[in-house]
Amino acid sequence: MAATSGAARVRVQRDAIDVAAESALLTDGRRDIGALVTFTGLCRDEAGRLSALELEHYPGMAERAIGAIAADAVTRFSLLGLTVIHRYGSMQPGETIVLVAAAASHRQAAFDAASFVMDFLKTDAPFWKKEHLSAGGTGGWVDAREADDAARARWRRDD
Amino acid sequence: MTRLVYFAWVREKIGKGEEEIDLPPNVVTGGDLIAHLKTLGEDYAEALAHEKVIRIAINQEHVEHDEPIAGAREIALFPPMTGG
Repeated sequence: MAATSGAARVRVQRDAIDVAAESALLTDGRRDIGALVTFTGLCRDEAGRLSALELEHYPGMAERAIGAIAADAVTRFSLLGLTVIHRYGSMQPGETIVLVAAAASHRQAAFDAASFVMDFLKTDAPFWKKEHLSAGGTGGWVDAREADDAARARWRRDD
Repeated sequence: MTRLVYFAWVREKIGKGEEEIDLPPNVVTGGDLIAHLKTLGEDYAEALAHEKVIRIAINQEHVEHDEPIAGAREIALFPPMTGG
């Protein structure tokens, strides 16, 4: 499902993500973009333990939650373009899980926007990871991390 | 009838992804809903044992446990999110 709000493009999909193609979509034909920051989140293994991650999501709410975060980011950092794509389903170590690509006039806004989107996405977008092990069977559901809540909290401001 | 949907380990422990149930009149808030569901059987009681950890969404919008659920078309219960 795709959603567009302002300068933001949001997608939740099963298919692989083509980072280069998505970056080109943001910048092709533009003369006003001075900075493009892309964050790519990958499925990661430690010492051969993990065979795959299963990403469950809440269809509908996942798109809405990311859409709201993306719209906030566009406004807060005066972005010229923003693409957020999150995958669901089964993925193996090395595969891309999430892409955030933020385009702005200057680098700081683009860096900050990519961080902001990821910090909020981690705690507010309805996705859950379950581990499947190389040894067979499941390693269970991944626990939420307090560090993620702390990362989100640093963006709080009083205005 | 209210549509309930469950995700991740809440779904696995309850043993289903969704259901429609009639809510008694004393179920006013999301927290009341969790307390009510815990009386429906061991699977529910185990899934919702740590009430404070459970997140609630009404019509796909996040809400606190003290939020009234009147008029909700769809209520979702799930663990803290671990995407990204």
